[in-house]
Amino acid sequence: MQLTGAQALVKSLEAQGVEVIFGLPGGAILPVYDPMIDSPIRHILVRHEQGAGHMAEGYAQVTGRPGVAMVTSGPGATNIVTPLANAAMDSTPLVVIAGQVARASIGTDAFQECDTTGITMGVTKHNWLVTDAQDLPAVIAEAFYVATTGRPGPVLVDVPKDVSNATMDWYEPGVVDLAGYHPREVGDKDLVRQAAHLIQRSERPVIYAGGGILKSRASKALLAFAELTGIPVVTTLMARGAFPDSHALCLGMPGMHGNYTAVTAMQRSDCLIALGSRFDDRVTGKLSEFAKDAKVIHVDIDPAEIGKVRMPDVGIAGDCRLVIEALDDSVRALVSSGEAQADRSPWLATIRSWQEEHPLHYDRETSEGVLKPQFVVESLRDATPDDTIVVAGVGQHQMWASQYWRFEHPYTWVNSGGLGTMGFAVPAAIGAKVGMPDRLVWAIDGDGCFQMTAQELVTASAERIPVKVAILNNAYLGMVRQWQEMFYEERYSEVYLSPDLPDYVLWAEAMGCVGIRVEHPEEVLPAIEKANDVDDRPVVIDFRTDAMEKVYPMVPAGASNDDIVVDPRFGQGGR
Amino acid sequence: MAQPASHRRHLVTILVENKAGVLARVAGLFSRRGFNIFSLAVAPTDDERFSRLTIAVDLESVSLEQVIRQLDKLVNVVAIEELDPADATERELLLATVSADASNRGQVIELSGCFEGRIVDVGHDSLTMMLAGTPSQLDDFEALLRPFGIIALQRSGPVALKRLVRADAQSPASLARLA
Ligand SMILES: Cc1ncc(C[n+]2csc(CCOP(=O)(O)OP(=O)(O)O)c2C)c(N)n1
Ligand SMILES: [Mg+2]
Repeated sequence: MQLTGAQALVKSLEAQGVEVIFGLPGGAILPVYDPMIDSPIRHILVRHEQGAGHMAEGYAQVTGRPGVAMVTSGPGATNIVTPLANAAMDSTPLVVIAGQVARASIGTDAFQECDTTGITMGVTKHNWLVTDAQDLPAVIAEAFYVATTGRPGPVLVDVPKDVSNATMDWYEPGVVDLAGYHPREVGDKDLVRQAAHLIQRSERPVIYAGGGILKSRASKALLAFAELTGIPVVTTLMARGAFPDSHALCLGMPGMHGNYTAVTAMQRSDCLIALGSRFDDRVTGKLSEFAKDAKVIHVDIDPAEIGKVRMPDVGIAGDCRLVIEALDDSVRALVSSGEAQADRSPWLATIRSWQEEHPLHYDRETSEGVLKPQFVVESLRDATPDDTIVVAGVGQHQMWASQYWRFEHPYTWVNSGGLGTMGFAVPAAIGAKVGMPDRLVWAIDGDGCFQMTAQELVTASAERIPVKVAILNNAYLGMVRQWQEMFYEERYSEVYLSPDLPDYVLWAEAMGCVGIRVEHPEEVLPAIEKANDVDDRPVVIDFRTDAMEKVYPMVPAGASNDDIVVDPRFGQGGR
Repeated sequence: MAQPASHRRHLVTILVENKAGVLARVAGLFSRRGFNIFSLAVAPTDDERFSRLTIAVDLESVSLEQVIRQLDKLVNVVAIEELDPADATERELLLATVSADASNRGQVIELSGCFEGRIVDVGHDSLTMMLAGTPSQLDDFEALLRPFGIIALQRSGPVALKRLVRADAQSPASLARLA
């Protein structure tokens, strides 16, 4: 069968089971948009290519299937660099198809030419420049294989316009066989056994669960393992929802804005069991002071993570789910062979006492009816079903969302962890809703973040994707303002945004959404209920929140986790 | 004088697929991860699908293990081998143009002869010579040439292969003489 390269490309995407592509056309990708008309694949026309990338990420994070985005050459490709970097940091499977100028023009500074593979090399797991239409079916199969196996990540396929226009003989690509790519899934048995011994002997163990739990679909295995061993679990920013917050063993989020118990339990632990987590600086604080007495067991599918930051006592390269299951077996075998488990009741009692002494806290008693951002998050949480998908931007609102939501199910939390990309929430929420149309999807966004990608609500309105956006409008780049307050003597430099420029309600309505403004605590619930009832268009609520509120607890950057600050009166500007 | 052979310098050979941009991928990985390349030699292998890179890595702030594991993640990297200098046959090529007029030409030629170097080009008052040897021999040679006045000098960076294992393995000392 003779096809054009463009037809072969679209057919290859169909063969991969792609149901939706987020994209925006242009000169170099034009040939590929033509067969899209006849394809069953849904195309969602974005307003900016960054939106396409984050939508594909949101889609991928909630469905576990690779997100697909399509862009033209030059500016189309450079506009999607941020989502590629974001997906690389958060190990999200993402396949980006980019148009490129014709082969003969490459290297001539042709119109809308840029070195896309060169630019994206450092932010993709791999990328390809297709130089022969005949290669397309094989390259697309390779691209999906690389994006979704091992440690998932973003890939990019750069397709010159004349390659799309050329004819080729269609074929089904065979099993992907790449000379230099063989992800290892099964953990070494001896190492698993060593880890099981360490675990059984430890008196103060903590499971340090990271995003890898979700990537490897290991939530059930983790639950079973934690219950078998009775070991408490912290869930990192990337792992919120991987272990139910309501569980007695759940300690919640560790790290810079983690709760006291999660942070301190790791610090005092004698055995950290890192499962799909990577000792990020936002979790460890000052590395030399981090969990000094702990033996470390580190399980990760990416061998390069093991020993990258903290040298483990037992490092196991392998898929989290498979390794957890193997650990489970190993611990059971030890138990049945009579190896006693160390007495952990004092440890669990200590943890309980920390939880009682240092719960998350904010001032509920507000003067003149100021709206506390944490109260908005709690109200949203209480007024929505527990399988609601929550998507956050980056800043204070993100931390409050992670702290005050109660995650009961995996894949209900979508955020930008590693790169910290402002503007992530709106498009990612749209992508999540496309992937999970029957779920309620709420973005909790900052006013600064919202202004970066709000235009995608036009996409959502046009495509009838009814996401909901709660803007915690504190009129500031709040997280930066917090640092300036605490560490720069309240010298506020370029962080003020204004509460009503833009007018978020008018802006929402101009984009085809329902816009609601909330200024007082008693208006919160009715507004949320009203929003939850809207099902035919997006809703934006402009919550005018307290501009002076700060995120606590906080481990100041570079400080030891022992120096966690829980007292809201810390800092001269605090109240 | 030989430079103090840095214990932080390790040789890594990397077998890569002969695909466009593969050198940029390897070089880009080194730069974005903050790994230091001391020298780099690249050429095709006997199998036209692959090329081999020999990189001398400066391990000031990072472990060799980490370098290897990160390299291994590159899809076009097929195999990586760490070569312990004590366990590898290592050679490098040096070309040097040195001032050599009638007054000292004889000395320069004699020095080259001591190292089993070769004169590969002759000018009125300069000579270009070539020496293949271990990096430390080249270091010595370079140091001894310097007083004559080095006009241009180019070194290739080392390439290496694993030393062969033999049943009647000779002592490292005698192997060193063989080398
Ligand atoms: C693209 C981008 N630029 C800058 C930053 C640095 N930054 C981190 S949080 C933040 C403030 C975000 O403001 P807003 O969205 O209003 O959230 P808030 O902290 O007020 O809740 C900034 C500027 C970033 N993370 N991403
Ligand atoms: Mg703000």
